[in-house]
Amino acid sequence: MTFLTVIVALPIAALAWESRSDGVHGFWSAVTQPEAVAALKLTLGISLVVAFINAIFGTIIAWTLVRDEFRGKEIVNAVIDLPFALPTIVAGLLVLALYGPYSPVGLHLAFTRSAIVLVLCFVSLPFVVRTVQPVLYELDVQMEEAARSLGARELTVFTRIVLPSILPGILSGVAMAFARVVGEIGSIVIISGNLPFRTEMASVYVFNQGQSGNSVGASAVAVVMLGVSFAVLLVIGAVRRLATRHERG
Amino acid sequence: MGRYVVRFTALGYLLVILLAPLSMLFWRIWEEGLDQAWAAITDPDTIHAFKITLILCAIAVPLNTVFGIVCGLAIVRRRFPGKGLVNAFVDLPLALSPVVVGFSLYLLYGRTGWFGPWFTGHGVQVLFALPAMVLATIFVSVPFVAREVVPTLREIGDEQEQAAYTLGASSWQAFWRVTLPSIRWAVIYGVVVTTARCLGEYGAVAIVSGSISGKTETLTLRVQDYYENLDQAGAYGVALLLCVLAVAVLVVMTKLKPKEGTA
Repeated sequence: MTFLTVIVALPIAALAWESRSDGVHGFWSAVTQPEAVAALKLTLGISLVVAFINAIFGTIIAWTLVRDEFRGKEIVNAVIDLPFALPTIVAGLLVLALYGPYSPVGLHLAFTRSAIVLVLCFVSLPFVVRTVQPVLYELDVQMEEAARSLGARELTVFTRIVLPSILPGILSGVAMAFARVVGEIGSIVIISGNLPFRTEMASVYVFNQGQSGNSVGASAVAVVMLGVSFAVLLVIGAVRRLATRHERG
Repeated sequence: MGRYVVRFTALGYLLVILLAPLSMLFWRIWEEGLDQAWAAITDPDTIHAFKITLILCAIAVPLNTVFGIVCGLAIVRRRFPGKGLVNAFVDLPLALSPVVVGFSLYLLYGRTGWFGPWFTGHGVQVLFALPAMVLATIFVSVPFVAREVVPTLREIGDEQEQAAYTLGASSWQAFWRVTLPSIRWAVIYGVVVTTARCLGEYGAVAIVSGSISGKTETLTLRVQDYYENLDQAGAYGVALLLCVLAVAVLVVMTKLKPKEGTA
């Protein structure tokens, strides 16, 4: 308990304290700095896009891994976890190598928002796959077969039977991915170029402002990011409660 | 037909997002020359960074393992006021940006922070030195063991422990002989994930370390150092080293996973 207080709670408290050292007014003016607003908007916008991409492709990949059979499936399954194991700064370097100035495929996306989206998709790939996969495994195929025998088309089976069961999994996976993407820095530093108002993300803003001595500005944006993290945790908690409401009766 | 469309969409996405960039690493290293990458890996500063990274792991991983087990036991087996809060704080580092973590530590132990002046007064350098880097690494990797242990503890229930107690075991004996063996795979898996997180940590450590070459640089900071000095071969070399470590972690994870279900 003490461990948790010293390691986690105290630094957070210090952050909250610093952000309000100039009063509510100071906090507000620090958050509403044009550069800070631009960074926050960009971060939230890009994170939503990445979360959406993850929701779709994560589900498709999970589906393929559970319901499909093909050679090398075990390898694909193992590779999914790679972004968890690989330092994100390496991820940034790799995506830059492929889609950067020396790109062998002729795409020059470095220092653009598309590059940020690409690298964040890399970093957050496992979340949705890993939350949807176990639910799909346990899903009873009989229900789907029953629906089919009653004349339901594939699409109907998916939207009416499969989707409702895996939706909580998708949602909590997306929420985790979202939180991860909002806070990501290692890969962003390399690939975004950090141009203020264009490709500067909130995490980089905090980093730069902190380094250049603007503690109040950095801590204000950091507090906003802290708020986002708490909100995400709340959403995940709510989804989990909603998903287990039948079990608890 | 539809099955193939789904399969190729999934594999295609993986190829574009994951595998193609990964293969670029080897291509680039080949292109820049193996000897250059090797020179970067064997550079004294890189070796020092490697040592720092290992030291951080060696401190953070055992601490978080012990904490994760204790915390998991407390969350599952005990009822106490503020349990929800503890639960939330354990999960927080998962959702929180490492930059925010690093910056918070920076504020806490900085010149004007709550603890900074005290430590400086006692001649202990926390910020821009190993202690702060250790704290940052521990912070970001707090949740992993606890999160693996909690569901396993829930699943096994406490009947066996109760049986041990009725047979006269002390709580210490019950833990070592009954509880720990039954959660060991979860613990090991948590340790592996924690190690991966510690190895790859960048944001928090970048802020509190000051990344001084040969002193407070970790491997990830070394990659950035090379990259910013436009030494592509160097950056790819160290990246390869990190990649090898990541793949090693991944292999262990994959080997452990099926056992987790049966143990």
